[in-house]
Amino acid sequence: MLTWLSLIVLALFSGAAFLAGRRRAVAAAEGRARVLHSLPDYYGAYAALWAGVPAALLLLLGAMFGGRVEDAMLQANRPAVVQALEPDRQTVFFSDAQAIAAKASPSEVVYEGELKTALDAKVAEARRLQTLRTFGMLAAAGVLALAGFLVAIPRINAEFRARNRVEGWIGVLLIACSVAAVLTTLGIVLSLVWESWRFFHSVNPLAFLFGTEWSPQIAMRADQVASSGAFGAVPLFAGTFLIMFIAMLVAAPVGLYSAIYLSEYASRPVRGLVKPLLEILAGVPTVVYGFFAALTVGPLFRAGFNALGAALPPGPVATYLMEVQNQMALVAGVVMGIMLIPFVSSLSDDIINAVPQSLRDGSYAMGATKSETVKKVVLPAALPGIMAAMLLAVSRAVGETMIVTMAAGLQAKLTANPLDTVTTVTVQIVTLLTGDQEFDSPKTLSAFGLGLTLFVVTLTLNIIALRIVQKYREQYD
Amino acid sequence: MTDATLGAAGPRATLTAADARLKKRHAAERRFKAQGVAAIVVALVFLVVLVGRIVAQGYTTFETHTLSLPVYLNPERIDTSDLSGVNYDYIVSEAVMKKLGVQDDDFGTVSTKVQDLVSRDFGFQLLNKIKADKSLIGKTITVTGPLKADADLYFKGDIKRSTAEGDRKLDNQQLDWLDKLKKDGAISSGFNLAFFTNSDSTEPEQAGVLGAVVGSAMMLFITALIAVPVGVLAATYLEEFAPKNRWTDIIEVNINNLAAVPSIVYGLLGLALFINWLHVPRSSPLVGGLVLALMALPTVIIATRSALKAVPPSIREAALGVGASKTQTVFHHVLPLAMPGVMTGAILSLAHALGETAPLLMIGMVSFVPGVPEGFTGAATVLPVQVFIWENASERAFHERTAAAIIVLLAFMIVMNAAAVILRRRFERRW
Repeated sequence: MLTWLSLIVLALFSGAAFLAGRRRAVAAAEGRARVLHSLPDYYGAYAALWAGVPAALLLLLGAMFGGRVEDAMLQANRPAVVQALEPDRQTVFFSDAQAIAAKASPSEVVYEGELKTALDAKVAEARRLQTLRTFGMLAAAGVLALAGFLVAIPRINAEFRARNRVEGWIGVLLIACSVAAVLTTLGIVLSLVWESWRFFHSVNPLAFLFGTEWSPQIAMRADQVASSGAFGAVPLFAGTFLIMFIAMLVAAPVGLYSAIYLSEYASRPVRGLVKPLLEILAGVPTVVYGFFAALTVGPLFRAGFNALGAALPPGPVATYLMEVQNQMALVAGVVMGIMLIPFVSSLSDDIINAVPQSLRDGSYAMGATKSETVKKVVLPAALPGIMAAMLLAVSRAVGETMIVTMAAGLQAKLTANPLDTVTTVTVQIVTLLTGDQEFDSPKTLSAFGLGLTLFVVTLTLNIIALRIVQKYREQYD
Repeated sequence: MTDATLGAAGPRATLTAADARLKKRHAAERRFKAQGVAAIVVALVFLVVLVGRIVAQGYTTFETHTLSLPVYLNPERIDTSDLSGVNYDYIVSEAVMKKLGVQDDDFGTVSTKVQDLVSRDFGFQLLNKIKADKSLIGKTITVTGPLKADADLYFKGDIKRSTAEGDRKLDNQQLDWLDKLKKDGAISSGFNLAFFTNSDSTEPEQAGVLGAVVGSAMMLFITALIAVPVGVLAATYLEEFAPKNRWTDIIEVNINNLAAVPSIVYGLLGLALFINWLHVPRSSPLVGGLVLALMALPTVIIATRSALKAVPPSIREAALGVGASKTQTVFHHVLPLAMPGVMTGAILSLAHALGETAPLLMIGMVSFVPGVPEGFTGAATVLPVQVFIWENASERAFHERTAAAIIVLLAFMIVMNAAAVILRRRFERRW
C-alpha cells in the first residue's frame, strides 16, 4: 500500500519536474523557441526522467527484495535457545516474531520461559527493522528523486541536446525490454537446472533416465528417502511416446491431406470457409479437449471395446476387451490428435503455398495430372518443411498437459498397448506439484527433473525444425 | 504392306493402351481428391461433435427449477440468543413436509429424505431474513430458492424413473413428492441467473462462475499490463533499431524457441522464480498474470514484428526526410501505423492466455475459492481451472456445470477473437 502511495507521489513529483524543466528551457530561450536545440517538451521529459526513474527503480527493487533482506538481518544472530530448536521450528519462530511485530496473526505455538524472552527481543528487533526498512526506503527514494531533479535542472540551457538524451533513455528502455525475453529463457534454464541439480543429489541421473520403475510416493516417508528404484522415468517416457505416436497417427494424415486439398484443390469460397473453421479448432483451450476426452470419447471407446469383447468368441482377448477402462492411452492420443490437426494443417499449408508456381506449371506442361503434380513435384519440394511441421507437432504433443491429465491415467506402466492406461511426463509433473509441496523432498524436486527433460527434448525438436525450415526457405527465395 | 499394317496397328494399340492408362490416372486423381475431401470432413466433424457435445451437455445449466415455499418460523425451534446455531434446514424440511402432507417419523428418515430435495440455500435465506428482522419469528413467510441438484436433474430428464431405483440418487417416494410439488405449482423453471452471480460452492446447485470470471479478468489485466508494453517495445527494438549482430541473432532465435516451449514449463518457472524466490503469494491473480505474461511475451513480440515489417519503408524515409530523428520516426509514424496489427496480435495472445490451464495448476490456482478474489494478491481461481476442478468432482450435476463453464469460456474467447478480426478488417491498411 505504502509502495503504491509513494509511487503516486513520485509520479506527481516527476510531473512537476517536467513542468519545471520545460519552463527553464523556455526561459533560457527568452521567448525565441528557435534557438533551443530541441523542442521544449524534451527538456521537460529530461528533467522528469531524472527525477522519476531512479527513485521508482529503487522503490520496485525494495518491494521485491526488501522483505528478504529484512529476513536475513533478523535471522543473522540467533540466540542459543533458538539455535537449540529444530530447523523448521526455528523458521516458525522467526515468522512468528515478524507476524507479531506486524500485528498479523502468528501461529499457535506457545513460547515459554527463555524462548518467550528471546521472542520478545526478536519482536522488538523485527519492529525496528520494519520501521527502518519502510522509512529508509522512502527517505532513499526521496533523496534520489531530489538528486535527480537537481542534476537535471541546472544542465538545461538553450544549447543542451535534450532530445538526444531523452532518446538515449528510450533506447535503454527498448533494450531492457528485449533482454526480458532472454532473461525468461535464462530464468527457465536456471530454475530447472538448479532444482534438478538438487534432485540429482539424492537420485542418480542415470537411474532417473534409464530406470524402469516410477513410484515417487515411496519417498514421502522420512525413513525411506529416495530408494533409487523409485525414480526411473522410462515408463513415463514410454507413455508420452505412445500417446504422441497415436496423436500423430491421427493428426499427420488428416492435417496433411486437408492442407493439400485446401492449397491445391479448394475453390476460394471453400478455402475462405474451411480455414476459419479449422482455426476455431485451433483456438479451443486444451482443458476443453480434456473434458471432451474424459467425458465423451473415453466412455464411448470403452463402450465400443466392451461391446466388441462381448461379440467376440470367448477367450483371453474378449475378456480383456470387456475389462477395458475409460482411461486408456488411445483416448488421450486420439483427442490430442484432433487438437493437432489444425496445427499440422496450417503449417503444411504455408509450406505448400511457398513452393513456387513455376514448378507446378512445369509439371502440368508435361501432361501430369493434379495429383501427380502434388505427389511427384510439390510434396518432394515441400518435404523438408513438412518434416519440420511434423517435428513441431511432435513437440507440441510431448508438452501437452491438460488432455493427458484429464484423460490418461496416473499409473506408470511400461507398455505399448494403446488400450492400457499409461502416464506421461507432464501428468506426473502436475500430480507432483499440485497441492502442498515440501521443497526438500525428492518427490517434489523430481518434477523439476522431468521438466528439465521435457524442456531439453522440446527445445531440441524446435531447433531442428527451425533449422530445417530456414535451410529450405533459402532454396527458393 | 506389312509395314503399313504395322503402322496402322501401332498407334491404335498405343492409343488404347494410353486410354487405359489415362483412365487409371484419372481414377487415381479422383481418389486423391476424395481423400483430401475426406480429411477436411473428418476435421470438421470433429469440430461439430466437440462443440455439439459440450453445448448438449451444458445448455441445461442455464435453466433451473426453483421452489416457492411458505415457511412457518416456529418460535419453539428458533433460539433468539444464538441465531446462527439454529437448524434452519429442519425448519425448511418441516415446511416442505407440511406442503406435501406427510409426517416425520421418530427416526427423522422422512425429513432427511426431504432435505435431499431442497437446497441449503433456503436455510441461509431464513438466517439472513431473521437477522434482518426478528419480528418475523412466529410468522409464515414465503421463501423462493433452488432445488437440490439431483431434484433439478430429475426435472431436466437426466434422472429417469425408468432407471432401477437402486441406481439413481432419488428413490420413488422422493420422485412422487417432486411430482406432487410440481403439480401444486410450487416449482417453477426459469433462467439460472445464480450461475452467473454465485462463485464456486461445494453444493452444485449453488455453484456459479462469477468468482472464476472475475479471477480471469484480474489475471488477464496483469498479463496485458506486462506482456503488451514489454513485447511491443522489444519488437520495436529488434525490428527498427537493433544492429544486425550476433547478439540480436541470439535474441531472435531465443524468442522463436520460447514461443514453442510447453506451457507447463512456464508453470515450473513461476513456481521456482515467483513463488519460492520472490515470495509472490500463491494462487493469486498476480502470480498467475506474471506467469502468463512471460508465456504471452514471445507471441506478442512475433506479432508486433510482422506488423512493423508490413509498414512500407517509404513512410520511414519520408519522416527522416523532413528531419525527424530515428526515434521520432518510429514512435510518431511507424508504430501508430502498425498499431492495428499489433493490437490484433496482442488480443489473440491474450485470448490464448485466457484458455491456458496447465501452468496455473503448478502455482496453486487449483484451490477451492468460494467467492470473488479479494484483490490481486488474494486467492483466486480462473475459468479454465474452474472447468478442471469441476470436471474432477464426482457429482453428476457438476458435469453439467463444467460444460456450462466451458460455454462461458468459449463465449469469452469468441468475443476476443471477433474483436481481433474486426480490428484487422476495419483498420488494417494494405500498402
